[in-house]
Amino acid sequence: MTVPRGEVFGFLGPNGAGKTTSVKLLLGLLKPTSGEASLLGRPIGDLNTRRRIGYLPELFRYQGWLSATEVLALHCELAPLPRSSWNDEIASALDTVGLTDRAKDRVSTFSKGMQQRLGLAAALLGEPELVFLDEPTSALDPVGRHDVREIIRGLASRGTAVFLNSHLLSEVEQVCDRVAVVDHGRVIASGTMDELLSGTAVKVRVEGLDPAARGKLSSFGDLDDEGDQLTFTKLKPERVPDLVAAIVALGGRVYEVAPRHQTLEDRFLQLLEAEEK
Amino acid sequence: MPPILVIARLTIQETSRRRLILALIILTLIVVGFSAWGFNKITTVTNSEGATLPAQQVALITSQLLIVVTFMYSGVLALSAAVVAGPLISSEVESGLLLSMLARPLRRSEVVIGKWLGLAVLIAMYAAGSATLELAAVDWATGYLPPHPVQLVLYVGAEGLVLLSLGLALSTRLSGITGGVIALVAWLMGWIAGVVGDVGTGLQNQAIENVGVVSHLLLPTDGLWRGAIYALEPDAFLATLRAAGTVARANPFAQVDPPPISFLAWVVLWFALMLGLSIWSFRTREI
Repeated sequence: MTVPRGEVFGFLGPNGAGKTTSVKLLLGLLKPTSGEASLLGRPIGDLNTRRRIGYLPELFRYQGWLSATEVLALHCELAPLPRSSWNDEIASALDTVGLTDRAKDRVSTFSKGMQQRLGLAAALLGEPELVFLDEPTSALDPVGRHDVREIIRGLASRGTAVFLNSHLLSEVEQVCDRVAVVDHGRVIASGTMDELLSGTAVKVRVEGLDPAARGKLSSFGDLDDEGDQLTFTKLKPERVPDLVAAIVALGGRVYEVAPRHQTLEDRFLQLLEAEEK
Repeated sequence: MPPILVIARLTIQETSRRRLILALIILTLIVVGFSAWGFNKITTVTNSEGATLPAQQVALITSQLLIVVTFMYSGVLALSAAVVAGPLISSEVESGLLLSMLARPLRRSEVVIGKWLGLAVLIAMYAAGSATLELAAVDWATGYLPPHPVQLVLYVGAEGLVLLSLGLALSTRLSGITGGVIALVAWLMGWIAGVVGDVGTGLQNQAIENVGVVSHLLLPTDGLWRGAIYALEPDAFLATLRAAGTVARANPFAQVDPPPISFLAWVVLWFALMLGLSIWSFRTREI
């Protein structure tokens, strides 16, 4: 699996799938038991590569006894960035995440959302070539989430690769160029949004179909059977008339047919169900 | 600034911002004030004939009381070092504070050494500052000064550093409370083992004496405390102890000889081993 420069890459998976562990492995925070990976052309764990990387951890926490500016100065120092650039870097990062007016306040007085914004600001310092964002909007309100999407788009437009771990599939759908779905530590699907979301889901409200008749509809693809409501999870739009005709021929009475494009959530659940089988 | 010094500065800054340094300064000033008043009282005590005590007797009593007061200071230092060092790394791992920092070009060894260095500076400053204040107060109150004040600071400071090193090593794997409690219990057990060793010396029983020797090797706090006692004893008192023979050696608040060079060399090696162990332990820990 490769994430090219300038791409926004979404990394999805259920709780405990290994998303955060993967990020920690890539950052050298954990040691792999086997396998290999490289970041920006260097093997993982390389100290110099970390100069070019930004990271917002899922478990974000910063020194409560420092001010926002001091936290960012600390990260500038550890990065390390030239001291002459610190003021501009810090001012720009605080402005990007909307914390300029709280620059001198102690982090201990910040709400969780503001701390997450501060973490995002720290990850943006020094114009990194690659940014890891692990659940970057978990503590943010809708406005904050919108801001983060704009920040991610801004990063991508200037050529920064973004590795996004998120549970919020609609968010991933909106900003990611490509995604990978991981479960039990294994990538079970990956590709561009178009590749992953091919097909249309069709919901049909129907009565009068016995189990045998429902079984005969399997030729129209995967079927999610909820009694009166049947959802064909991957059906091309041009086959909808054939489906309706088949149901009627089997003795069913059709009350509603609602085709809709498959969402990332549909596909995500579908992949996980297939994996469990 | 090199990363080690950044971490050391951050550690000092944290203790300062959390007002630990201020609390220690205020408490120390209170203790110094009370002890100055108490020591001054020795010079006004009268014997059965109504006369004040002769200078020699004042010096002797002062030296003995000063050992007890110093024991309290070494206890405060050991307790503070253990309590502060216990959560030094574990709390930052548990809270996630270290995650974003370690994603920078920062080695885990630099975190360990930097934190050790920052607290070591504070311990050295507290040992030197509190000793200077206390000895100045005793000098003002009684006119007595112990024979080796510099060695006193070094021994008491080194005792604090031992607890810091132990607490830090435990902090790489255990939670702050657990590490701090273990370090404190180890310090107390080390002192009691030293007393047991003294009893062995008094009884001329090698097996019991070895309890003290082994405890000094495992945790050198009591061995260093003995050095502090020696630094506080006036020559006249030492001569009396030596004349009393082995019985005088069975006193946990008296010391006939200074710690041997071989022990001090072991202490230096012990620090190196403990720091090495802390680095290895933290480097192999998953965060």
